[in-house]
Amino acid sequence: MPDFTDLTAMTIAAARARLAKKDFTALELTDAHLAAMDKARDLNAFIVTTPDVARERAKAADVRIQSGKAGALEGIPLGIKDLFCTEGVQTTAASHILEGFKPQYESTVSQKLRDAGSVMLGKLNLDEFAMGSSNMTSYFGPVKSPWKAKGRADDLVPGGSSGGSATAVSACLAMGATGTDTGGSIRQPASFCGIVGVKPTYGRCSRWGIVAFASSLDQAGPMTRTVRDAAIMLKVMCGHDPKDSTSAPLAVPDFEAALSKGVKGLRIGIPNEYRPDGLNAEVAALWDKGIQWLKDAGATTVEISLPHTKSALPTYYIVAPAEASSNLARYDGVRFGQRVEGKTLDEMYAKTRAAGFGTEVKRRILIGTYVLSAGYYDAYYLKAQKVRALIARDFTEAFEKCDAILTPTAPSAAFGLHDKQDDPVAMYLNDVFTVPASLAGIPGASVPADLNSEGLPLGLQVLTKRWDEETMFSVCQVLEDAAKFPFLKGAP
Amino acid sequence: MSLDKATVRKIATLARIDVPETDLESTVQQLSGILKWIEQLAEVNTDGVAPMSGGTDLKLPWRPDAVTDGGKVDAVLANAPDAQDGFFGVPKVVE
Amino acid sequence: MSYVIKGETGQWEVVIGLEVHAQVISKSKLFSGAPTEFGAGPNTQVSFIDAGMPGMLPVINAHAVEQAVRTGLGLKAKINQRSVFARKNYFYADLPQGYQISQYDMPIVGEGTLILDMPDGTTRAIGIERLHLEQDAGKSVHDMHPSKTFIDLNRAGVPLMEIVSKPDLRSPEEAGLYLKKLRSILRYLGTCDGNMEEGSMRCDANVSVRPVGSTELRTRCEIKNVNSVRFVMQAIEHEAMRHVDVYESGGSINQETRLYDSNKGETRPMRSKEFAHDYRYFPDPDLQPLEFDDAFVAAIKSKLPELPDDKQARFIKDYGLSAYDAGVLVAEQENALYFEEVAKGRDAKLANNWVSSNLFGVLNARGVAIGDSPVSAKNLGRLLDLIADNTLSSRMAKEVFEIMAETGNAPDAIVEERGMKQITDTGAIDAAIDQIIAQNADKVEQYRSGKEQLMGWFVGQVMKATQGKANPGVCGELLRKKLKS
Repeated sequence: MPDFTDLTAMTIAAARARLAKKDFTALELTDAHLAAMDKARDLNAFIVTTPDVARERAKAADVRIQSGKAGALEGIPLGIKDLFCTEGVQTTAASHILEGFKPQYESTVSQKLRDAGSVMLGKLNLDEFAMGSSNMTSYFGPVKSPWKAKGRADDLVPGGSSGGSATAVSACLAMGATGTDTGGSIRQPASFCGIVGVKPTYGRCSRWGIVAFASSLDQAGPMTRTVRDAAIMLKVMCGHDPKDSTSAPLAVPDFEAALSKGVKGLRIGIPNEYRPDGLNAEVAALWDKGIQWLKDAGATTVEISLPHTKSALPTYYIVAPAEASSNLARYDGVRFGQRVEGKTLDEMYAKTRAAGFGTEVKRRILIGTYVLSAGYYDAYYLKAQKVRALIARDFTEAFEKCDAILTPTAPSAAFGLHDKQDDPVAMYLNDVFTVPASLAGIPGASVPADLNSEGLPLGLQVLTKRWDEETMFSVCQVLEDAAKFPFLKGAP
Repeated sequence: MSLDKATVRKIATLARIDVPETDLESTVQQLSGILKWIEQLAEVNTDGVAPMSGGTDLKLPWRPDAVTDGGKVDAVLANAPDAQDGFFGVPKVVE
Repeated sequence: MSYVIKGETGQWEVVIGLEVHAQVISKSKLFSGAPTEFGAGPNTQVSFIDAGMPGMLPVINAHAVEQAVRTGLGLKAKINQRSVFARKNYFYADLPQGYQISQYDMPIVGEGTLILDMPDGTTRAIGIERLHLEQDAGKSVHDMHPSKTFIDLNRAGVPLMEIVSKPDLRSPEEAGLYLKKLRSILRYLGTCDGNMEEGSMRCDANVSVRPVGSTELRTRCEIKNVNSVRFVMQAIEHEAMRHVDVYESGGSINQETRLYDSNKGETRPMRSKEFAHDYRYFPDPDLQPLEFDDAFVAAIKSKLPELPDDKQARFIKDYGLSAYDAGVLVAEQENALYFEEVAKGRDAKLANNWVSSNLFGVLNARGVAIGDSPVSAKNLGRLLDLIADNTLSSRMAKEVFEIMAETGNAPDAIVEERGMKQITDTGAIDAAIDQIIAQNADKVEQYRSGKEQLMGWFVGQVMKATQGKANPGVCGELLRKKLKS
């Protein structure tokens, strides 16, 4: 009888090697995770668990391992954010309006993971339609972080929107998980939960089959416990998809090979604008520590300026709601999802959407509708598109002076699940360091770097220019090696 | 800019989201707060800047004109709240 | 100024702009691989993309782009090498995504021109404002259930070209000519089949009126989805009259969308469009700008067919036809091709007469397209040859043509089989004339004393005696000789 605790606490890289050596079977590995999930139901990480699907795929994986036909993720148990459409398995985007919706198709990214032999454990909780930074907007209830502040029993948020993914990976309920990042939804929860989260370049992963939030920003990526695991998983997830016009027709680099390249000779940009007055002192100190780690490993640092940083959040909160207001128009009760009957078509629409969407989603749809409406388009939407161009230009110019940029991932550690959250703008500020890269479409990763004085994880963010995830991985690996972060937090 | 109730009512109608009268005032407050915050963008000089409307500068791919899809009425209707005789059903519309 | 409405207070002119939605001829939809064929079972030609399922994304059909460029070139319009797809946001049951992917401020084709041939032989140039690509919506079926509307998405996503004219049209007749000419050009180009009954070409008419002599543009109403050229003309007429009546009784016109009821002969406001729209257009973030280079346009240009205007000019020049006759022949490319096959190396005017009156007469009477004509161009040409070499008189030729139209047989075979050869042998005609002169001494006397109009009677008698086979020319000549002596 294998030690289940040991099995769930492993990295993907280790599990891959030991499955190949037949130290244990994929089914044993899956069963260990299913058992852990069962024990951790209280965290509410999963909206739906799929033990039958998981065990069936694990058995098939064992057959392929036996016959020497193992894929890149053969037998690795993963959680899938419930924003990815999965054939025949309920996909909700954590919204009531999609409750019961069973797609008749599989998203490109989850299909690729499946084709590589991985095992789907279930569908992970998130903020409704990925709109949020705390996972508190889910119709299926908030997700709890497995982390607690030193000496306190209060539940903490895992961050969002990929909060279920972050909790599942951090608590060792899954070896890795898919996330999606629109303004920080992979990186911020990764930082809150002490795991690695990678948002690749916009266009690296196909968006086909992922419930759209803001099409020009949405990007899928891996959430794992180590940088290497992220590299392994991303390699499988990305690649050209002719079904997505914005998917890049580029060869997939060998991200794993980049891990050992080190940072010697690399120029690391440190943006002034990410150190505003009143920046949390522990976050600032950690950032300095990160800078030193990279210097110690042979990198040089260079001060850079990203002058439009301050405008990124308001820009994002025009662009993303505008696109969302249009993307979410299809949830009308006609072809799928929930419907509330009405005497007329318009009454049916208005009732269905009022009952189906939660408060934050409705708020963003209304804002988005407003900024696109006649008379306001130029002042809001067009203006935001122009500022977005300036933000992207800031990065282009910065990358003439440096190879990668290092910043904190989030302005704070995780906050309490029951902290008062009635100011939407205050909540939006969680994404202040992650949103600029989303707007510019460049890759970004969060690496767990240290615990703060309360014993809560803080992450550092690494940004590189478009299509240069390899440099990003090189830097992340150096940070991880230096930080020696205790990622086994979730293991009992 | 502050919104008023009439404007919120109008955008709620455009968005086809029923906002009860009792929720209108609080919605007005919240949306106005967000808009006020957003309006700091007006200070940014964007003269002569071309808008960035998408996430990528890749060229738009074209696909060949070939029939590769369709013929799956059951799958198309599988999740419909009201499907009948191969159609989706909705409350009667008068044109 | 030909068309004016005479009101109580004075004369009014009508200002018309047309928006034509032309279905692009393509195998698959604009953004999905589902088929575009007309008439399939409900929702059988629908992809998850067309159904607006979560996470579905559009990918542009290259052929639709080519077709739009081809049409733009055919309308002598500016081709925009960079255009942008925008979302037009509104809710309707047959609009699955909650928005239509269309083009807004940057269409693929800009300004162009369409020439109308007026019945009086003059021409009128009508401005084209723009042409853009967009996806069609699905179909709402209102009459299958007492309390429900049924939605069929087969048409959802079918590629359309919206072709917008400038408000240059001044009468229902001009609107009709515009539609026919546009249809003709689209069919020549092979970009739209122009079938209004099946909805592959639909027309919205923007109508306003103003006092004659005024240059103001008054409030217009949009009449939606009229499904034949005749109804478009009628709808415009009724709508213009309505505007005049409203203005003259002191009222004002609201800008609105209206439907034409051809049974009642009136337009009425569309209830589903009562709500003031705010389409919130913005560039579709799923689709980068549509771009192509000069070479792409040049390649399409190099393969354009000869278009109706050019063909008409050539027919006038090469065949000596009138502008009107040439216009009739070139309206349909197949007709023009047929004509040219018949006219080649023959008397072109005679060929035109036979094609435009005799052949089209038969085809129209039978409701048959020229492609299914029982009389092939080759056979009609041969018939003309038999007239030219005097084998057939024109009267006999008509008889032979009737038989050709019935049987589809070649004229030579018919002539042979029925012994219909014209008699040019003077001996046989001489004998007949001699006999008639002998039997009608009184008529001969009258003719000789000056009543020359009797010649027609004599010719008739000879024809009768020869069962119509005598060559009328030869016959007249011989008669004159014999009657004089």
